[in-house]
Parts: sequence; C-alpha cells; structure tokens
Amino acid sequence: MSDNFDLIKLIFGRLSLEAIPYHEPILLGTFAMVALGGIVVLGLLTKYRLWGMLWRDWFTSIDHKRIGIMYIVLAIVMLLRGFADAVMMRAQQAIAFGDNAGFLPPHHYDQVFTAHGVIMIFFVAMPLVTGLMNYVVPLQIGARDVAFPFLNNFSFWMTTFGALLVMASLFVGEFARTGWLAYPPLSGILYSPDVGVDYYIWALQVAGVGTLLSGINLVVTIVKMRAPGMNMMKMPVFTWTSLCTNILIVAAFPVLTAVLAMLSLDRVFGTNFFTNDMGGNAMMYVNLIWIWGHPEVYILVLPAFGIFSEIVSTFSGKRLFGYTSMVYATVVITILSYLVWLHHFFTMGSGASVNSFFGITTMIISIPTGAKIFNWLFTMYRGRIRFEVPMLWTIGFMVTFVIGGMTGVLLAVPPADFVLHNSLFLIAHFHNVIIGGVVFGMFAGINFWFPKAFGFKLNEFWGKCSFWFWLVGFYLAFMPLYVLGLMGVTRRMSHFDDPSLQIWFVIAALGAGLIALGIGSFIIQIAVSIRDRKKLADVTGDPWNGRTLEWSTSSPPPAYNFAFTPVVHDNDAWADMKKNKYQRPLGDFVEIHMPKNTGAGFIIAALSAVLGFALIWHMWLPAVATFVVLVAATIIHTFNYNRDYYIPADEVVRVEAERTRLLNSHV
Amino acid sequence: MVSQILRRGLLLLPALLLAGCNTVVMNPSGDIANQQARLIVISTALMLLIIVPVIILTLLFAWRYRKSNTSAPYEPDWDHSTRLELVIWGAPLLIIIALGLLTWITTHTLDPYRPLSRIDAERPLSPQVKPLVVEVVALDWKWLFIYPEQGIATVNELAAPVDVPIQFKITASNVMNSFYIPALAGQIYAMPSMETKLHAVINKAGEYEGFSANYSGAGFSHMRFKFHGLDQAGFDAWVQKAKADSSKLDRAEYLKLEQPSEREPARLIGSIEPNLFHAIVNRCVAPNTVCMDKMMATDLNVKPGQQKAE
Repeated sequence: MSDNFDLIKLIFGRLSLEAIPYHEPILLGTFAMVALGGIVVLGLLTKYRLWGMLWRDWFTSIDHKRIGIMYIVLAIVMLLRGFADAVMMRAQQAIAFGDNAGFLPPHHYDQVFTAHGVIMIFFVAMPLVTGLMNYVVPLQIGARDVAFPFLNNFSFWMTTFGALLVMASLFVGEFARTGWLAYPPLSGILYSPDVGVDYYIWALQVAGVGTLLSGINLVVTIVKMRAPGMNMMKMPVFTWTSLCTNILIVAAFPVLTAVLAMLSLDRVFGTNFFTNDMGGNAMMYVNLIWIWGHPEVYILVLPAFGIFSEIVSTFSGKRLFGYTSMVYATVVITILSYLVWLHHFFTMGSGASVNSFFGITTMIISIPTGAKIFNWLFTMYRGRIRFEVPMLWTIGFMVTFVIGGMTGVLLAVPPADFVLHNSLFLIAHFHNVIIGGVVFGMFAGINFWFPKAFGFKLNEFWGKCSFWFWLVGFYLAFMPLYVLGLMGVTRRMSHFDDPSLQIWFVIAALGAGLIALGIGSFIIQIAVSIRDRKKLADVTGDPWNGRTLEWSTSSPPPAYNFAFTPVVHDNDAWADMKKNKYQRPLGDFVEIHMPKNTGAGFIIAALSAVLGFALIWHMWLPAVATFVVLVAATIIHTFNYNRDYYIPADEVVRVEAERTRLLNSHV
Repeated sequence: MVSQILRRGLLLLPALLLAGCNTVVMNPSGDIANQQARLIVISTALMLLIIVPVIILTLLFAWRYRKSNTSAPYEPDWDHSTRLELVIWGAPLLIIIALGLLTWITTHTLDPYRPLSRIDAERPLSPQVKPLVVEVVALDWKWLFIYPEQGIATVNELAAPVDVPIQFKITASNVMNSFYIPALAGQIYAMPSMETKLHAVINKAGEYEGFSANYSGAGFSHMRFKFHGLDQAGFDAWVQKAKADSSKLDRAEYLKLEQPSEREPARLIGSIEPNLFHAIVNRCVAPNTVCMDKMMATDLNVKPGQQKAE
C-alpha cells in the first residue's frame, strides 16, 4: 500500500471504465447479442411468472436429477460460446495469409484460443460428464439421492459461477493470452501484467472447488449407497467408470488448486515459485499442471467409456462381453493415468531413460483401452443391433477413437514426439480423442437418457442429422490438421506466410461449418422433440429395453426415485428382474425421508464469484468484505436444522398409482 | 446425401495420404529428422496391424448383426470366453512390447543430448570430428544465434555446412519457446535460465524453415528464421561476410536486442563479447547482477544457522 491512502483504489483496484472493450467491434456485437438475448429471456421469465418456479424447483433444488439436468444445460450454453471461439480461429487461420492479417490481431486471437481450450474442457466437457454422472449414478445404484445433497447443489453453482467469471472477462477486461494451461513465465506478472491470467486463475479456482466437492460426493455415494445385493462386481459399468473418474477428480484437482494458488502468489505477492529469477522454476509448474492435466483427460473419457458400455449392450440386446475385464481395464487406466504426465513435454530435455519410461507407460495404457474396444466389439458379436441414435454415436466413436488412440501412441514415442510436438498433428490427435471419445459419448448419453429424464424420446431424424454432420464435420475439420502437422505447421499461429498451406485450412474451416450444422441439428432436435413430446412420449420408463436399474422406475422418475429400494442379484439388474417376471410393488407404501431444498448453495457460490472478481481486479476492500460475508453465510448455513422432510405415504401411493395407470394404458 | 458425402470423403483419403507423405516432416534433409520420420512410419505400421482389423470388424459386426438380419445367430447371454479374453489382452500387449522396445532403443539413440555417431545411414562419424557449436537464444520474438568459435552472431538467420555435425546449446531470454527446424531434427524447448542441447546434421544443401514451436506471446507467429545448409566453401564465405560486418554484440547491445520486437529482419553481427551465452543462461547480462551459478555456489557454502551473504 502506498503512503497516501487511496480509497478509490482500495475499492475499485485496477477496474476502471477503460476495462470495457467498447473499441472492439466483435466484442461490442457479441455484447449487444448477449444483452438482447438476456433481456428477452428475463422478460419471458417475468411475463410467464416463472421466477418463483425456477428458484424453488431448480436453483435451490438438491435433487440429483435436477442438478444433473442443470449441469447439462450449462454445458450446452458454454458449448455455444466455446464453439464460437473455434469458428473464429478456423476463420482467422483460413484467411490470414501473406498480406492479409485476418480479422483477429494477436491480442484478440490469443485470448480466443485460450478461452476455447479453457471453456471446452472446464465448462463443457466437465459439466457434461458431471451432469450425466449426477443424473444416472444414483438411479443405477438404486439410491434416492447422492450422499451429500446440499453439497451437490453447491458444487453445481460453484461450477456455474466459475463459468460466469470466464464470460465476464469478455465484457469487463480481457481473458488470458497464454494458452489453456497458462505456462509461466509467460503467465507470470512480468509478461502478463493484465487481468487475463487472474480471470483464468479465479474462474478455475471457483469451479475447481465445485468439481472437487462433487467428486467426493459421488465417490461416497457409490461406495456407501448401493442397493442391497449390489456388490462392487455387480455395479453397472457406467457406475464403475464414474467411481474411477471421481477418484481421479479427488486425487487430481487439489494439485490444480495448489499450482494455481502458487501462480497467483507469484503474481500478487512476488513469491518465486515459477519465476525465472531467485530460484524459481517454470518447469515445475509444467510438471504440476500436467500431473493434474493428464488424469483430467481420463476423468473426461472414462465416463464416456461407461456410457458406450451401457449403450452397446442395450442396443445389441446382449450382456456386456467381458464385464470383469472391463472393470479391471478401467481400474488399470485409473492407476496408470498418474504415471504418464511427462509425455506432454518430452521436449523439455529430460534424459533418454526418463523419456522412455513415460513413453512406455503411456503405451501400456493403450492395452486396457484396446481391451475395452474389443469388449464392445464382442458385445456386438451375435447380438441384435438396433441402429438408434445412441448406437450410431457409439459406432462412430469406435471407428474414430481408435484412430485418435493410434496417433496418441505415436506421440508417446519420444523421438516421434520431437517432430510432432505442439504441431497441428497434436491438435488433430487430441480433438480426435476428445471429440471422438468424450463428445460422441456425451451425445450418445444425452440421447440415451433423455427419455428417462423427461418422459419422451428425442426426435430421431434430427438426432441422425446431428450425428452425421458431427461425424463428417469432424473428419473434414481435423484430418487436414494431421497433414498440416506433418508439414511442420505449429499450433497457436494467427498468421502464415506460406500460401500453399491455405487450402488445408479452408477445408478445415468447412469441416467446422459442418460441425456447426451438427450442433444446430442437436438444438433443433431438442426443440422439435419438446414440440412433439406427446407423440414421442414413453410411459413405460423403459423405452430402449434397458438393462440397468434406472430403467425400472418411471420416466421422469419420482422425486424419491424408488418407492422401495430394489434388491440386486445380477450386474444387469433390470434385465434380470424382467427375465424373472418382477412385479412392481403396488401397496404398503411408507413415508420417505428426503432432503430439503436450500438457497445456501447458490448464495455461497455467488459470494465466491464476487470474491473472485474482487481479487481479479485487486479490489482489496470489497474482497475482504465479501470474504467476511462468505464465511458468515457458511456459518449461518450450518445452523440451518430444517434440512429434511418426509414425503407422506399418501403422496407415494398417489404417485405410484399414477404410474400404474400409465403402465396399464400402454398395454 | 449422407452416402454421397461419405463417398467423397473416401475419395479424399488417398489424397490425404499422399499429401501426408510428401511433407517436410516425413521427407526431411537431415539424418536425425530422417530417422525420426522412419520411426513414425514403422510405429504407425505396427499399430495399423491392430487398428485396421478393429475398424473392419466394427463395421462388419455392426452390419452382420443388425436387427433386421434374423439369419445371424443371436446369443443374448454369451458374455465370456477365456480364450477370446486372452487374445483381446494379448494382441495389444504383443504390439506394445514391440513398440516399447523400439521406443527404448530409439529414445536413447536419438536423444538430442547424445553426440552424433553417424553422418547418415552410410557414413559413420569418427569421434574425433568436433561439431560446429551454435548457441541459440530465443528472444521476444526473434532468434539470436552465436557462433563462439567463429566469433560471429546472427539474428533470425542460421547457416551450417552440409554433413558436419552441429551442437546447439539452447536457452531463452525470458519466456519459453521451442527451437525447431523440421528439415533438420526434432525440436527442443528453449527455456530461460536453463540450457538444453541438440545434436544434428544437415545432409542436403538448401534453404529450410526454422521457427518457435511453443507459443510465447503476441509476436509468436512471426518468430521464424531461415536455416541455410551450405557446402564448406559456402559456409566459410558466409562466416567471412558476417565478420565483415562492423557491429558488435556486447552486453549493452544484447540488452537492446532483448527488448520485444516483431518481424525482425535477418542480420549478421561481425563480433561478439565472449561468454555472453553463459551470462544469458545465468541471467547476469545486465550490470550489477549476480550470475545464478555463482549465487548457487555461494549458497551451497553457507553453513546452517549462518547469515546468508548479501
């Protein structure tokens, strides 16, 4: 602090009107669109008096099903933002040749690729994965909710407010220009003095708390709340992969939190963890961030593997081939994912033995992964395959993912990596596995479980459009990038001199256009399905002839999921129950103990975001004030003893009678 | 519509393969890069042994066991076969064992820190031959090359005689970059206050592209230089041309050069201050700064409980 006490500075920190980017036409246009859209949505909500409903039934809800749905809505909204960034990059790289500087100067372009990476991983892929796990896992294990329902709501809001901080950087200040992992020294205060990196740090810190807590929550849920009879080796494979993913989250995310905390200490208090001078070591950051970052990719892809396992077996009308080896493969991947991080920087100059060790451990991961692919293959063998939308995504995945896996193993050979590292070949590789694996998996999962969540199927025509546009668009967008990588073109370039490269970037841009159609088709698919919900309705609760417990209850499931906790005898519990002519209980219902909604999660998370904002702008006075209120709000919440209620037996009787009526109307 | 797109996509495939093979990475001009390209081909072939059957089987099974094909056998409860499991785990295992061995061997033989043992596949290199030493500094956003033995330096231009081993010593001024000439050899990071090494040799005369392969800020896209592979006479003439230049790279000049700039034109510098590279790595070019190696040595001698020397 300076000697002359400057109140304005204490309150506003670095924030001033200068921070509003009104001189950037692209941002101004975006802001106008967002503001207009926002006003329309808010207006409609007010007109139809939906505020109360939203607050009571959704924002404060601690029902794992509603929270799961909200996660997925968040992911889809953020997908649009992240994809807009992708389109801008593809357009810039398709035109910025020779004298043409393109429409994005480096200052803007560098923010775009950083934001694209951060948003797609943290605020699209993660909420999709967490949302599906949240929705499906308790139903699959026959539980009524997660272990810590309030924590679940709080986790969701932390993630959402983290996303909000990233979005705020569009219109107030700027985002990081460092790449999505913000390597120092570039992200240090000397070379990134602006608020961009601080937005990055605090958005991820806030969202990271949410992710970590939801990880703990789901681990405990899976370990402690399985239905009687469901021992570990009778858990559905999606639950298994969720368990492994959440264990990875619990083990990996604290590393991210710690490394970002050290980076902010370097930036704000002048410590020297990752600086060039005074014994700081930037490569320590690179090591630490990848010790989180590599497990992170398995955090994303394992649940996708689980989804594919469920879908292959359901749509082939068969038990999953090699359940036991599938489980062991998942566990082996979980463990190995901690032993490979160095393959992200073979070029750092480690010795040959260190590089070979990490190269070979990386290759070993491909063995269980390969085993999984074969297991899906032999699940299809001698099945009766129905090519509905989820199955299409699955077959698209199997073909696409093995190509990405192959280029991945290639990159794990250190001398090969020396020529391909940081090139567009690498970009093509990881989009190959993240789109071909995670994104395909999430779309498969959404199409698969949507009828469970809403009681009607998604429109098949638009679903198929969405799939084919994505599939063809993916190949068109990323195969040219493999070629460009072999031409020695490196990533994160905003301008090129060599005109012979241009054609490949134009093809890639066309591919991005097809993917845009794929995303558009998906949104139309949802809109059309809502319109035709009567026609698409499923009253059985089991539209696909499913095999696991979530299909045994109604669609959408009642707040309590199961009137009586089911008893499990087989890993395809519901298929087994159907085979043994299971009769739904029709009477003797008792009252059900359930957790109660609370606004505390929303409030505490909102305060965290305000605190983050204040810290980003060095608004020390508001930061201290918000922190005090935050702690107070948390303490006050602990005195809230009004946390549970009973669904009366009459209510259960009424709900179950309605289900009986629907089931009978169907037959 | 869909099938049409697919058919066109399939037509694109051979074009893609052709384009992929005739590129600087797959068809380079230096022995190290050549071995790396060959390694890519061998590893890919090895993996295709399993990838191709998987893709074919996926499409085949999907077609054969489609629901409408009621003549295909249907075994809803078949979910285990020990023999099949052995194949499933064994086949990838065998391939990875082969690939792992290949990785272990090539990672050691192509280690960038290892002095070269051959000029190309036919010509071994006698250990007596001393390599050409080039000190590389990645600056914001240009490249500085120092030739300590020749006593010259260059900005954004690099030259080396054909078939002579080169030893690069690489560092950076303040942020991380990656030193990469695809035609010559794989890349290695250029990091401030650290020194990395790269050994390579260029086998064909020509002009090649070099650049930073690690994003380093606003001027990154144009952090490029030309690498000239010259015959010995051509290289000597090039050195003479540089020596004829009257400018000198001393500490003051370096501090000026270090300031951020973009699209810096190539230039030759006739003379250099000795040990400048050591000072850059140890962050003591500026006056009144202590070199890191000296600081660390001093710190090592401090006895526990003793006050650290200022």
